[in-house]
Amino acid sequence: MKLIETKIKSITVIAKDTVKLDIHVDQDLLETIRPGQFVYIQIGSSSEHMLRRPISIADLDKEGNQLTLIYKELGEGTRKLSRLRKDDSLNMLIPCGNGYRIDQLEMTQALLVGGGIGVPPLYYLAKKLIEKGVNVTTIIGFQSKEDVFYEEQFQRLGKCYVTTNDGSYGHQGYVTDIIEQEQPQFDYYFACGPNPMLKAIEIKLKDEKGFLSLEERMGCGIGACYACVVPTKDEKSNKKICQDGPVFHSGEVKI
Amino acid sequence: MSLAIELPGLKLKNPIMPASGCFSFGREFSQFYDLSDLGAIMIKAATEHKRLGNQTPRVAETKSGMLNAIGLQNPGVHKIIENELPFLKTFDLPVIANIAGSTIEEYENVAKAFQQTDLIDAIELNISCPNVKEGGVQFGTIPEVAYEVTRRVKKHSNVPVYVKLSPNAADIVSIAKAVESAGADGLTMINTLTGMKIDLDKRRPLLSNKVGGLSGPAIKPVAIRMIYDVYKAVGIPIIGMGGILTPEDVLEFLMAGASAVAVGTANFQNPMICKELIEQLPATLKKYGFENVKEAIGSGHSV
Repeated sequence: MKLIETKIKSITVIAKDTVKLDIHVDQDLLETIRPGQFVYIQIGSSSEHMLRRPISIADLDKEGNQLTLIYKELGEGTRKLSRLRKDDSLNMLIPCGNGYRIDQLEMTQALLVGGGIGVPPLYYLAKKLIEKGVNVTTIIGFQSKEDVFYEEQFQRLGKCYVTTNDGSYGHQGYVTDIIEQEQPQFDYYFACGPNPMLKAIEIKLKDEKGFLSLEERMGCGIGACYACVVPTKDEKSNKKICQDGPVFHSGEVKI
Repeated sequence: MSLAIELPGLKLKNPIMPASGCFSFGREFSQFYDLSDLGAIMIKAATEHKRLGNQTPRVAETKSGMLNAIGLQNPGVHKIIENELPFLKTFDLPVIANIAGSTIEEYENVAKAFQQTDLIDAIELNISCPNVKEGGVQFGTIPEVAYEVTRRVKKHSNVPVYVKLSPNAADIVSIAKAVESAGADGLTMINTLTGMKIDLDKRRPLLSNKVGGLSGPAIKPVAIRMIYDVYKAVGIPIIGMGGILTPEDVLEFLMAGASAVAVGTANFQNPMICKELIEQLPATLKKYGFENVKEAIGSGHSV
């Protein structure tokens, strides 16, 4: 993990309150990043925001020295981030956490399930899986039509289903409804999204092997403050989401 | 310029150290800089047995600060001695062990466990944690109770004992005097102020513990005032903390009466903060006319 000061290359709104940030990161640092890891960004340099914001890595372009982050404006900190412009500098810890360790997995088919702002890390994951020769099916769910992003990008990588809670776009319902209807074939599943969604997926796919990526309010982002913990399934100990996670095996932690 | 300062049990290269709970046992921060650069380290609170702490959310950002309610999660004093302290011994770094408990007996047992080792240089007696149901802050807000727990921990300690004071006490000076008369070798102050943030969407307190401890620059004026008052009332040294972010903040704490300072929340905004403050402090001392740290201590009391 490195603490770097870097520059914004572009900042674009891609859906409702959803922003894509392309930033400059040197290739040798990009080489160390695994899908599912995140960056921890400082909000301004004054004392107003004492906590950084964890933002997942959506994509990277090694030759272009570029990292792509996608976040949702949920509060004052992320709104402030959106006021930055091209060439503004950004201070971040990179890369944080343990990502999806796909190098150690044997598979031919993968199912990726994302909800809302849990969708971005699945994009770089999908690209890495395809590099390995894995067939990727993606199910991405959003609240409403105006929240949908990256459908085309995922379509280019394999079969992609889109759901909205209110039915204003794609299939009406939850990502788990698509799993039920389509019965996709896969060796491993990879899920990222809000806890109720992860819980529903873990129950629905209880006989399958998979990985879940969690989010939580963080303090230090490096494992020192014990703010972002999740109990293990037996509730005898805690795992740190920022350091042991954010990705866990299905059945490893109690969501 | 020499930044060295000597306190009971502690030969500090400089007066800057990370505050307990914000730095774990140093491992994570050692990837950013050499821990031997620090004046000392205040390690995360140890209880007698392992504690899992509170439910999440455990932290919330507030204006120029944060609330936390971790709930003393730690592996227990014996695991800390076994797994964490040997790592810290590889550095040239005084170790201040923060000890906590639900009962006076638990405090005594944690102190006894540390007494069996030669791995720590001082104890920070945490009678001010606001985030646990039993013990913690209740020991730090009643002078008679603060006196008793200090006296009994002193009996089981072969290193100096610094008592960490709570700003939630009605009269912090009377607590300071009580623990001084019980034999405390020094004071550390202040712990967090109790606070709350309400989630507007959910219509309930944001932290699962409802109440949390407020830290960060937002509480600095409270810390300065309390150190200023306590410095006049006691003869033992004070390690000051509460919202330090800049070298000017460090000097302000020294002027109020602190002999050294601890940096907490700022480590989250900038993991390099302690090292940067150590580098920046000489220029700030010089700018305000001081030749060394010692001269600055209590210098804010000139009438």
